[in-house]
Amino acid sequence: MRPILLMAAAAALSFPAVASAQTNPPQTLRIGIADDADALDPTLSRTLVGRFVFASLCDKLVDIDAKLNIVPQLAESYRWIDSKTLEFKLRPNVKFHDGTALDGEAVKFNMDRHLNLAGSTRKGEIGGLDHVEVIDPLTVRMVLKSPNSPFLAQLTDRAGMMVSPKAAVAAGANFGQHPVCAGPFKFTERVPQDRIVVDKFADYWDAGNVHLNRVVYQPIVDSTIRLSNLRAGSLDIAERIQPPDVATVKADPKLKIEIFDYLGYNGLTFNIANGSQPRTAMMKDARVRQAFALSIDRQAIVDVVYNGMYAPIAQPVPAFSPFYAPEVKPAGRDIAKAKALLAEAGVKTPLTVEIMLPTTADQRQIGEVIQSMAAEAGFDVKIKATEFVTLLKAQADGDYEISLIGWSGRADADGNIYNFIHSGAPLNDSKYSNPAVDALLEQTRAETEVATRRALYGKIAMQSNLDLPIMYLYSQKNLIAMSTKVSGFSPIADGLIRVKGLKLAQ
Amino acid sequence: MRSNLGVRIAQILPTLVLVSIMVFCLQQLMPGDPALVLAGEERDPAVLAQIRTELWLDRPLAMQYFHWIGNVLQGDLGFSWRIREPVLNLVIAKLPVTAQLGLMAFVIAICIGVPMGIVSAVKKNSFWDYAANGIGLAGLSTPNFWLGIMLILVVSVQLGWLPPSGYVPLTEDWRQSLATTIMPAFVLGNALAAVLMRHTRSAMLTALEQDYVRTARAKGLLEIRVVLRHALRNALVPVVTLGALELGTLLSGAVLTEQVFSIPGFGKLIVDAVFNRDYPVVQGVVLVTATVYISLNLIADIAYVFLNPRLRNA
Repeated sequence: MRPILLMAAAAALSFPAVASAQTNPPQTLRIGIADDADALDPTLSRTLVGRFVFASLCDKLVDIDAKLNIVPQLAESYRWIDSKTLEFKLRPNVKFHDGTALDGEAVKFNMDRHLNLAGSTRKGEIGGLDHVEVIDPLTVRMVLKSPNSPFLAQLTDRAGMMVSPKAAVAAGANFGQHPVCAGPFKFTERVPQDRIVVDKFADYWDAGNVHLNRVVYQPIVDSTIRLSNLRAGSLDIAERIQPPDVATVKADPKLKIEIFDYLGYNGLTFNIANGSQPRTAMMKDARVRQAFALSIDRQAIVDVVYNGMYAPIAQPVPAFSPFYAPEVKPAGRDIAKAKALLAEAGVKTPLTVEIMLPTTADQRQIGEVIQSMAAEAGFDVKIKATEFVTLLKAQADGDYEISLIGWSGRADADGNIYNFIHSGAPLNDSKYSNPAVDALLEQTRAETEVATRRALYGKIAMQSNLDLPIMYLYSQKNLIAMSTKVSGFSPIADGLIRVKGLKLAQ
Repeated sequence: MRSNLGVRIAQILPTLVLVSIMVFCLQQLMPGDPALVLAGEERDPAVLAQIRTELWLDRPLAMQYFHWIGNVLQGDLGFSWRIREPVLNLVIAKLPVTAQLGLMAFVIAICIGVPMGIVSAVKKNSFWDYAANGIGLAGLSTPNFWLGIMLILVVSVQLGWLPPSGYVPLTEDWRQSLATTIMPAFVLGNALAAVLMRHTRSAMLTALEQDYVRTARAKGLLEIRVVLRHALRNALVPVVTLGALELGTLLSGAVLTEQVFSIPGFGKLIVDAVFNRDYPVVQGVVLVTATVYISLNLIADIAYVFLNPRLRNA
């Protein structure tokens, strides 16, 4: 009876092929994103999905290319005048969506806004900035408090996005409800949890490379349902497909998948001195952490859980990064050495340890693989699957022994390492402190030569792999599925979908 | 009856105050720190401190509660910490979506459940009775989440009949609106249909054995008239009570269904808010839902009186 009712209803509402939820103009690209974005204000924004939307709304002073080189966007060129002064020549005739011009004063306004607006999440990223000097309408200089080479890379993300000063002053704290930037698309409407719609901006500085009329971002949390929508033709692109679904996409003749490098990593954070609970053998003795690390075969994790799709690493940057130190290779699994280290540390086996990990299926599976491998060396691993926000709090408070957690990654290696292992840094949940490592980290910030910095990062990784505040496990891949009608996709490691250059066949 | 009704209405206010205190306290028990969620990946200590001050998270719990409830009494439900929109706007935008979904599910449930219950009672111990019971059991046992995904895969992906997700308001395009909501409404109404079927069946079985039914038959009335006019009308009283209660439950059932079909209603709003520790949204939505639930019960009480004249003098 029920299937008949449903069929009758479907027939009564019969649509040509599969209907989509909204009526859109031709050349509308529908992108399924993994969550609803937060406030659409580059100064306040915190979420990754928010960055997906900004990729069409807000251009940045500089961007990254596929090889992580920093390339001009709103700035025509940049140069370091000295180790503390960065000069930008702005592109002429760039307009914001409200028709006002992007000039040096606008850049100064935006940097000041990042530093001073209540609730700014950019404050920390550009904390090294002392002040901005406007030399002429198209030239600005950013003067830093001290030499800080990673500063430029910060401007390839939200800190480098320029909003219209006129609109920002008029809207005040509500700017995120109607953002006005200088990107290829302008904000049209937002229905929370349903869609964010942006339309082509006719006065865009690079309008010749914009082939779409509209982009609709639809938040669909579950990746299986996101993929179903793509298969049913309700979406043109679905971001962050899960590795087990890659085969489904490949088997569908109407779909294709882009698999490309990722900036982040996944790893085990060891609590060394965080929190007030009794200190375990794992916390007290680096040899116990080394034994644990030696019991784990990274390649086996990647093979079992991700069909070999990801790459094992022993440093916080992926192999394609210019900061990757090739001399730092993941150590092989060595149970005999692990047992010897445990004996040397005077630990009685089996040693019970607890791994806290997120509740997603793949992370639980990693926990189980580690549990089984570490058991051979004498570890009795307990798995504590924890909802992500609770996990974050437990990790910040030091209420954990080992935590399996990833990092989405930044273009400059500094963003993947400094805040995690420098003494007293905000993301150093291990509370690891090694003055020699701190000194090397400071040195990397003062150096501007990539080769010199790479060598320094190599030294840091070597030391960190001995002290083990974090055991880096693997670097993921970006997995973005799309209809075969979509062409012109540029795979950039930050995983964002750059709508400029995208084409949609009818 | 009038005084009874007065008492019922007078009970609403203290109930809502209790609900507000409970929802406020329960979410304080939720692990996790909203400031950590709001501060972004970098977790800058200065940003964290500023967020705690701005959102009153650094004040005593009682002060936080009175600050919130004071604003609520003035019609201000606060603003979403995550997307920085007033909660009242979100509630106003989402309520019609879930109400439409809930009502459609309710209609579907009644259309399936009540006739099946009647047939099953009238044809007791026959093939039809067993078949209706079997379908009812299947409906009760099928998880919404699974049924939703299966329908998307079959009806949308394989057959291409209906859109797999999204929502269009009735006022914008009624056909598209029905197309986007018929599957989730079916999923949501499925379990309720089974419940209604079982209750209608048992109430009808009781009613069919009553003296007035025998009298009606003895008068030589047509069987269909006996069943529908005499037995069903009396059997409907408990079914209406249940229906009203379940209509409230539909709001909570919508949580999973809206998530599966990406319907931007109350359910999706509250799930996202809980996962992001967006307290003002959770509080606002629960308070409004409680008000709706209590109002529906009141309406059910009034509906009894119309269905059963004996209650008019109670």
